[in-house]
Amino acid sequence: MSAAPIATDMIIIGAGPVGLFAVFEAGLLGIRCHLIDNLDKVGGQCAELYPDKPIYDIPAVPRCTGQELVDRLVEQCAPFEPVFHLNQQAQALTHLPDGRWRVSTTADLVLEAPVVVIAAGAGSFVPKRLPLPGAEAYEGRSLFYAVRRMEQFRGRRIVVAGGGDSALDWVLNLQPIAASMALVHRRDDFRAAPDSVAKMRRLVAEGAISLVIGQISALEGADGRLEGVVVRSPQGETRLAADTLLAFYGLKMELGPIADWGLNLHENLIAVDTEAFETNAPGIFAIGDICTYPGKLKLILSGFHEAALMCQKAFKICFPDQKLIFRYTTSSTDLQKKLGVA
Amino acid sequence: MSKLYVTDREGHEHVLEGQVGWSVMEIIRENNLDIEAACGGCCACATCHVYVDPAGLAKVGEPGPDETMMLDEALDVRDTSRLSCQIKWTDDLDGLRVTLAPKF
Ligand SMILES: Cc1cc2nc3c(=O)[nH]c(=O)nc-3n(C[C@H](O)[C@H](O)[C@H](O)COP(=O)(O)OP(=O)(O)OC[C@H]3O[C@@H](n4cnc5c(N)ncnc54)[C@H](O)[C@@H]3O)c2cc1C
Ligand code: FES
Repeated sequence: MSAAPIATDMIIIGAGPVGLFAVFEAGLLGIRCHLIDNLDKVGGQCAELYPDKPIYDIPAVPRCTGQELVDRLVEQCAPFEPVFHLNQQAQALTHLPDGRWRVSTTADLVLEAPVVVIAAGAGSFVPKRLPLPGAEAYEGRSLFYAVRRMEQFRGRRIVVAGGGDSALDWVLNLQPIAASMALVHRRDDFRAAPDSVAKMRRLVAEGAISLVIGQISALEGADGRLEGVVVRSPQGETRLAADTLLAFYGLKMELGPIADWGLNLHENLIAVDTEAFETNAPGIFAIGDICTYPGKLKLILSGFHEAALMCQKAFKICFPDQKLIFRYTTSSTDLQKKLGVA
Repeated sequence: MSKLYVTDREGHEHVLEGQVGWSVMEIIRENNLDIEAACGGCCACATCHVYVDPAGLAKVGEPGPDETMMLDEALDVRDTSRLSCQIKWTDDLDGLRVTLAPKF
């Protein structure tokens, strides 16, 4: 079960650009941070949705790609040694009798801090689910959107759907232990790494994998137990015998458990004040795309501004006995020491 | 003025004013119809998927290579499928009919 809670100053939910910059602003004020993200990497939308696309409206950075921005933010906040807890979703938020907050994750991690910052963007990145009627009944038993333990699939008759890296990786990894393996994709062209595609084609030629071009149109089976997958193509319908379907149609964003935390929401966004970006719960802040207030713009630069102001109030909560003096990084040796440059 | 006809997932048709320079996704979104368009029109999410009425297909043209790749992440993709953020509105498209694809 859960290990002992980790105590820190600030728990940041979401390691997108805004969560990362909050680490920097917090660090300047001596606030230590732990971050939680559902993705297997930091960078939020910039890293997941558009790593190679250019951004032109970051002040003083005329042009950089999504991934470059993330890399620079990571470098900028590195002196403050943030602790990242990736591949897990922040699930529950509870108020402790001593006034601090406790956040627990889907990986049984428990964090406690006086301040929680929700920098959750449009929510957690989660796999897109099959919108077929009745598909839900199979989820978790015969229908999966991720592989956690490979062994679970030994001896199964597997159909994998999708044309990207996840689909091809699991076709190649699971084929040796599966009873049968079929790959279903909409067209005979794959966006996955060329090397994986070549390996897959070789196995198809050897007869170890069947490749079916078309789209899944129905699932057959009963009581959550899959028996077959129907694939539709311009040539007609094919039925593949299968007890397991792994579907990889990419990720989408979903607010998830945050919706149930008792925070004031407006259409899936968290309402905050514009002085400190605090929510209706004292000590819980929301910054970046997830927050809303009159005039809010979902831009990275707005999130950066929100992070800086939020930290002023967070400081008072973390260190009620200390006085905060306003200083520039240019001239303050104290700040420069924190940054490791003085 | 040019018109865009959009059929929603309940089968109701909405007549929208075309806006030259906007994408079809933007016209649909700004009229508050239910289109997710999570990536804001960057061809990075496939949540602006529509079916183009066959009569308008030739005018709209074929999806580009990025769009075809992104359509892999949509479901129930048909020959008439397009990502609406990749269709730029021109007055030439007057009378175009599209149907919102299912959500997932
Ligand atoms: C294609 C595209 C192009 C864009 N171009 C620009 C541009 O040019 N300029 C600009 O300013 N903006 C641009 N944006 C918008 C910009 O990317 C967002 O404003 C920015 O990413 C918001 O940052 P964020 O940190 O608030 O949230 P996100 O980047 O969305 O990150 C939030 C993170 O929180 C995680 N998360 C959420 N809930 C949980 C939970 N319960 N547990 C664990 N983790 C959770 C998510 O997995 C995600 O990684 C663009 C967006 C897209 C999609
Ligand atoms: S809005 Fe994301 S692909 Fe069109």
